[in-house]
Amino acid sequence: MQVEVTVNGQAHVLEVADNTLLVELLRENLGLTGTHVGCDTSQCGACTVHMDGRSVKACTVLAAQAQGAEVVTIEGIGSADALHPMQEAFRDCHALQCGFCTPGMIMSAIDLVSRNPGIDNAGVRAGLEGNICRCTGYHNIVRAVIQAAQNM
Amino acid sequence: MAKEQGIGAAVKRKEDLRFITGSGRYTDDLNQPGQLYAAFLRSPYARADILDIRSEEAEALEGVVAVLTGVQMAEDGLGDLPCGWQVKQKDGSDMVSAPHPPLAVQAVNYVGEPYGIVVADSIATALQAAELVTTEFRELDPIVDLVLATDSERIHADVARNLAYDWELGDAEATDAAMQRAAHVTRIEITNNRLIPNAMEPRAALGIYEAATEEHTLYTTSQNPHLERLVLSAFVQIAPEHKLRVIAPDVGGGFGSKIFIYAEETAVLWAARRVGRPVKWTASRSEAFLADAHGRDHLTTVELGLDAQNNFVALRVSTRANLGAYLSTFGSSVPTYLYGTLMAGQYRTPNIHVEVSGVYTNTSPVDAYRGAGRPEATYVVERVVETAARELGVDPADLRRKNMIPPDAFPYETPVALVYDTGNYEASLDKALALADYVAIAERKAEAAGRGKRRGIGLACYIEACGLAPSKLAIALGAGVGLYESGEIRVNPTGNVTVFTGSHSHGQGHETTFAQVVADRLGVEFDAVEVVHGDTGRVEFGLGTYGSRSIAVGGSALCRAADKIIAKGSRIAAHMLEAELEDIDFADGQFQVRDSNRSLSLGEVAFASYVPADYPEDLEPGLSEKAFYDPENFTYPAGTHIAEVEVDVDTGVVELVSFIAVDDFGHVINPMIVEGQVHGGVVQGVGQALLEHGIYDDQGQLQTGSYMDYCMPRADDVPDLVVDATVTPCPHNPLGVKGCGEAGAIGAPAAVINAVVDALGTNDISMPATPEKVWRALQG
Repeated sequence: MQVEVTVNGQAHVLEVADNTLLVELLRENLGLTGTHVGCDTSQCGACTVHMDGRSVKACTVLAAQAQGAEVVTIEGIGSADALHPMQEAFRDCHALQCGFCTPGMIMSAIDLVSRNPGIDNAGVRAGLEGNICRCTGYHNIVRAVIQAAQNM
Repeated sequence: MAKEQGIGAAVKRKEDLRFITGSGRYTDDLNQPGQLYAAFLRSPYARADILDIRSEEAEALEGVVAVLTGVQMAEDGLGDLPCGWQVKQKDGSDMVSAPHPPLAVQAVNYVGEPYGIVVADSIATALQAAELVTTEFRELDPIVDLVLATDSERIHADVARNLAYDWELGDAEATDAAMQRAAHVTRIEITNNRLIPNAMEPRAALGIYEAATEEHTLYTTSQNPHLERLVLSAFVQIAPEHKLRVIAPDVGGGFGSKIFIYAEETAVLWAARRVGRPVKWTASRSEAFLADAHGRDHLTTVELGLDAQNNFVALRVSTRANLGAYLSTFGSSVPTYLYGTLMAGQYRTPNIHVEVSGVYTNTSPVDAYRGAGRPEATYVVERVVETAARELGVDPADLRRKNMIPPDAFPYETPVALVYDTGNYEASLDKALALADYVAIAERKAEAAGRGKRRGIGLACYIEACGLAPSKLAIALGAGVGLYESGEIRVNPTGNVTVFTGSHSHGQGHETTFAQVVADRLGVEFDAVEVVHGDTGRVEFGLGTYGSRSIAVGGSALCRAADKIIAKGSRIAAHMLEAELEDIDFADGQFQVRDSNRSLSLGEVAFASYVPADYPEDLEPGLSEKAFYDPENFTYPAGTHIAEVEVDVDTGVVELVSFIAVDDFGHVINPMIVEGQVHGGVVQGVGQALLEHGIYDDQGQLQTGSYMDYCMPRADDVPDLVVDATVTPCPHNPLGVKGCGEAGAIGAPAAVINAVVDALGTNDISMPATPEKVWRALQG
């Protein structure tokens, strides 16, 4: 089947199998490997991207469902010399170690903060419940999200 | 300049920019021209004979390139996966290690054990073809129960009673005698729950074979690529070492689970050679649950004897350790040398005896998981000490303090084979108690009771031995390899520095901390130092990262290499400055003639060494030095962790209200990174105490095989953590550092469960303290 989708501002027309997942389209068809796959039950959130402005787990969205959508991945929110405030805060607060959950965590956090300006510690913890990190114990992630919220 | 980003500075990490922008390169992100994909044939049974494998239908599927089995692997002459540590039994005989073919040939012994590999042009086709393979098994009764296993049928023909070893440490007779004389004996039975490591990046491998040169390349998720190359060449004999390159690129966490030499990575490389095209495999999370080595899984009886003045006089420990279906790479050492040796804890208990039965079961192999033996030991010691305090009606902190090894007693030889080098246990206890406002706990309990909550506080005063290891000691204890580390410093002709380390970072931040060490020692800018690791083609040799050894051993190797750079640079500088070698001082990146204004920078000396026009005649050109550092002892981090919980009496839900960790890691290279290591370790420990449990049913089926069933700690399961430190520098390594990677996971389980026990007022609770267990305990 054919999917028309805009990813990080660039329009694509792609030929994919019917059962292709959005995360496969991003990683395999477009080479956007910043979006990771950490589980097979939609629990870990490593694959989180934005679709039409809301965070989704790209392992649970068919490419077909992204027909006509605007998708933004970790590669699309900032660049090495112009970081998004959330990226900056993650680095500043040491909110990442191995980096594997980080792209999904950042994408979830951006959506969380944009829907909840002024969010507090408990709100961040509840809001990131769908993203698992095994390295940081979440302490510095929560700090980073609250810091970024003040700069977004 | 350099000092601001040198040793002790909370420098932001070099590696972060690529990770926060999505440009990290993990194994699954890599692709090769002509690449194929692998799926594994895995046993659906915990114990069965393989009678027949029919793959014609699978092979006929369009896109399938090959279906290969353990039979073909054996025909190709590949060897078994070895266990790297020999354990001597009580009677002096060697442990009994069952053969472990990478792909099962005649029998399968745990659910998920691979016995074949399907190679196809897409992942979907490989998975579909695997479903089309028809395998006829003869099911056998699985041996799952750790207690019954030693009275059950043999899993492996040559292993009587399914017992890999019956091991002991310490003086049994003296301990028995002291226990007899004790005024009070506290005895408890303890379960240390099976855990599944769950690094967020699943294991993956990309095998490449070049027929013309016979070069094998394996990209894989490894904590120690050089060890992987050594084992794959020396034992599995997949390729000679000089024709095998193992690269561990960005690796998404390990926690021990990526130390081991697994079947899948081996099979992928072999398959790539068989089919003549690159082959890639990435584990699904479901596969990771089944086939990654698990952790812990002990049953223990412990007795602590105290005299009439509450001095500890004897500790007797008897443990049954589940090793799973095969001995994994380090599986034998974890419940023995990394466990029994820690039973003194922080205390001057004079008589200790520990015995451990290592038992085979039809479950996934069990091996090192963050802390590896030391969390289990700490849990034994700190649970029994806590229980003794409650039985005797004394304050648990006071009882610990009374029995601690005092600061002036170091070096302190324990009754269980270690010599603690240094420490000040009371200092960290005092600091933690102050941070916890321990004296006011009664008021907080009363306040919580008013809200219908039971509040409890729990301590764990842990010690661990890490920084593996003095090679001599490790080899004497049965290790099959030395446990030094290598480091190389190459000062490039233009003065910047490339550092090569045999240690490996999969989240620890070596690219930052190791650069800090070298920048500090050589007086160069932090940004002028690049750290290379994880590639046997670029780094000479290494033993990798586990057992909190990176900075203590790998960092020390770099200090030695830096000393050699300075020594050679001084000779070059002396020649160029027309001075005597003895008159050259090196500081802040400058070689200076003492009491003069004549000096040369390291960069100028480096340039001269590569463009040796004005150069000492007896000196080789170039400024690159390497060192192998073999420590003389372990390092012994220690500290006090204090957990405070509130239990909801209606639901049994335990809320972790606060967690305080005061750790002594000696000197710290980067406090930001060290605190992060503590945070992560603590939450893994909290996960063990409250949430995580790998459970098999009586048929050997894993009941907790996904994130829907295995409860990982999430952001809303834990509070902000309080992390502080005391400092007694390690006396025997050049940086004065101790390992920090595992301490959190070592102290936290005991602290949390002691707090739950305090809240409940009953000792009858096991890990994980789930709402159901707690609720039942509350019903009494």
